[in-house]
Amino acid sequence: MVKGQVATLLYVIVFAPLAGAVVNGLFSRWLSRRFVSAAGVGAPFLSFAAALYSFVGLMGLRGQEPEFTAVSTTLFSWISTGPISIDFSLYLDPLSMVMTLVVTGVGSLIHLYSVGYMHGDPSYARYFSHLNLFMFSMLLLVLGRSLLLLFVGWEGVGLCSYLLIGFWFSDMDKAIAGKKAFIVNRIGDFGFLLGMFVLLFWMGGTLDIPALRDAVTSPDSRIASMTGAVTVVTLCLFVGATGKSAQIPLYVWLPDAMAGPTPVSALIHAATMVTAGVYMIARLNFLFVLAPVTMAVVAGVGALTALFAASIGLAQNDIKKVLAYSTVSQLGYMFLGVGMGAFGAGIFHLMTHAFFKACLFLGAGSVIHAMHGEQDIQKMGGLARSMPITRATFLISCLAIAGVPGLSGFFSKDEILYGAFVLRHGSGAVAPWLGKLYFALALAAALMTATYMFRLYFLTFSGEMRSHDAHPHESPATMTIPLILLAAGAIAAGWVGLPDEKWNLFHHYLEPVFAWSGERIVSTGNHALEFTLMGLSSVVALTGIGLAWLMYRGAWRDEPERIARALPRLYRAVFNKYYVDELYAFLFVRPLQRLSRWSFRWVDAGLVDGVLVNGSARSVRGVGLLTRMMVNGDVQAYAVAVFVGLAVLVWWMF
Amino acid sequence: MTSIPLSHVLVLALALFTIGAVGVMTRRNLLVVLMSIELMLNGANVAFLGFARWHGDSLAHAAVFIVMAVAAAEVSVGLALAMALFRHGRTVDVDRSTRLKG
Repeated sequence: MVKGQVATLLYVIVFAPLAGAVVNGLFSRWLSRRFVSAAGVGAPFLSFAAALYSFVGLMGLRGQEPEFTAVSTTLFSWISTGPISIDFSLYLDPLSMVMTLVVTGVGSLIHLYSVGYMHGDPSYARYFSHLNLFMFSMLLLVLGRSLLLLFVGWEGVGLCSYLLIGFWFSDMDKAIAGKKAFIVNRIGDFGFLLGMFVLLFWMGGTLDIPALRDAVTSPDSRIASMTGAVTVVTLCLFVGATGKSAQIPLYVWLPDAMAGPTPVSALIHAATMVTAGVYMIARLNFLFVLAPVTMAVVAGVGALTALFAASIGLAQNDIKKVLAYSTVSQLGYMFLGVGMGAFGAGIFHLMTHAFFKACLFLGAGSVIHAMHGEQDIQKMGGLARSMPITRATFLISCLAIAGVPGLSGFFSKDEILYGAFVLRHGSGAVAPWLGKLYFALALAAALMTATYMFRLYFLTFSGEMRSHDAHPHESPATMTIPLILLAAGAIAAGWVGLPDEKWNLFHHYLEPVFAWSGERIVSTGNHALEFTLMGLSSVVALTGIGLAWLMYRGAWRDEPERIARALPRLYRAVFNKYYVDELYAFLFVRPLQRLSRWSFRWVDAGLVDGVLVNGSARSVRGVGLLTRMMVNGDVQAYAVAVFVGLAVLVWWMF
Repeated sequence: MTSIPLSHVLVLALALFTIGAVGVMTRRNLLVVLMSIELMLNGANVAFLGFARWHGDSLAHAAVFIVMAVAAAEVSVGLALAMALFRHGRTVDVDRSTRLKG
């Protein structure tokens, strides 16, 4: 009964935003601004309500049904050819439920915020249309039952990301940023596609995720014994994840993606889309857990990215760029979590991060709004007085991301750190000290996180205003209400995952999804160790905050300058993001451009245009020129031809 | 009455036709070209009549009359064209009337 209702509601969840996108995308010319807002904001709220109803309904069933509570529904058969049969099916299990709630919940608040943020924009309806389309794609990604359907959503969110980064496309830099995001994502997507091909055609697997899980987890599974092939598949899929989730080496698009409107940065490039890679790995946990090498790579890339991006964040002056590198860094934590086998912890951090990072971005948007487009934190300061709500919510989120005890980020980050320290892959195929190394990297990154976040906070909100012609003011209620709700989430979202067997509700909820993989991960930890590590990371967080306070508010105020002058090379390297963009430009972009120019000149202009297109025209013209000589308009010449022809004919006949 | 052999008639027809054809091919004056065409037609007519006589079948006479009628029509159109050409370019030289050449 409830399951039937939920199966129907799944369509509402997915298709309500699509309806909103179609209405605002096609008919906005005849709609009032008020209606555009209502449709654009109403659609995700409708999805959220449906998701919430499904969640409560399914929770009610948990006592009665002992088995795995998942709901699946098929809309139509999509591809059916030979041995391959793929349906357009939606699949709701605890994991996709969590994601759906996060996406629709945070998404709805950001839609509401956009009403205030975008109120003067001439392309208001286009904005909401794209944002709704993004919600649709993201929900398809989350709820798709088949890996191929997930990929449709995966590409859909990439498209919407491109459209929204380049939303103000008349600015060339923003259009280029959109293009960069799209191209870098495509590189990753190629890996994803390759992974699916190998899975489907080489291993004889299936793309249907629950069926694949059954095939893998059955006792005499054929796939489970093909470790090499599974490693290839999972590595390919992980390449896709590095593109979408901005990990080394494909993270370069995310900082540039900040060219889009700030609510877009909050929704797509912080809270939801960029976590798709983490979700995909958690979704396929049963496959990844069979490939210890891949798991080690995932965790290693995550830990390195966390540290690398955090160090860049220390020296950036654009408020959104700092948050962008912080996002890359936090995504690194999530990958570290899922890579170590702490899938639940990775998803937990995904959820808490969605709250505090969305809040931070929306707070940044509120600041930029108040400063009339100024994004340089060196020109801000003292905003606490004029923007009390923004300041308070921003502070809460900074505390949460820094990992101050009691707030959401603390619990989720610690679970990942603890996982890195104590978890080992059951097969023991990868060096056991690797986890400790990753732990150290992540702990260093945590220190930097606390420092750069509070550097950002102090430079923006405390002290004196360093710009003279600014008259900051608090934002309207449509913007502050989402801020307050997200800040509440940033405080409380962690409380569902308390570090206790009994009270870790989040893990109990996700248990059915990760149970099989969990058996293949060995934990060497205990509670005492867990609390010790917690104490350690709390100290690290507070040290980071203290450092930031000393350097930007306290006695060491000259230190940042001095350090920059004492180590000019290092400072310049960090300030310029380690010249990675320049390196990529040198290694890939410019050679490719040269190749493109060469092939444009010789293949396209030379061969295709010159030889094939113009060449065929020219040869026809040549034949025409020859034959035209016969048709010279001289009647007497024709007469000669006729008589000669006649003579030949007569001679030939007799 | 000694009858003229067919070969004589045909030689005359061939001579008329060839003179006409050479005239058509070589002369530059449109009026002369038209007259040469008449010669060719009449060469054909002589051949028709010679064969009619040889076969004792007078049906070919009808063909001759048709040719003459067509020739009359052709000449009237041709002369009108020559007239128009002359008015246009003060010449009836076919080699110099090249304005329509592509």
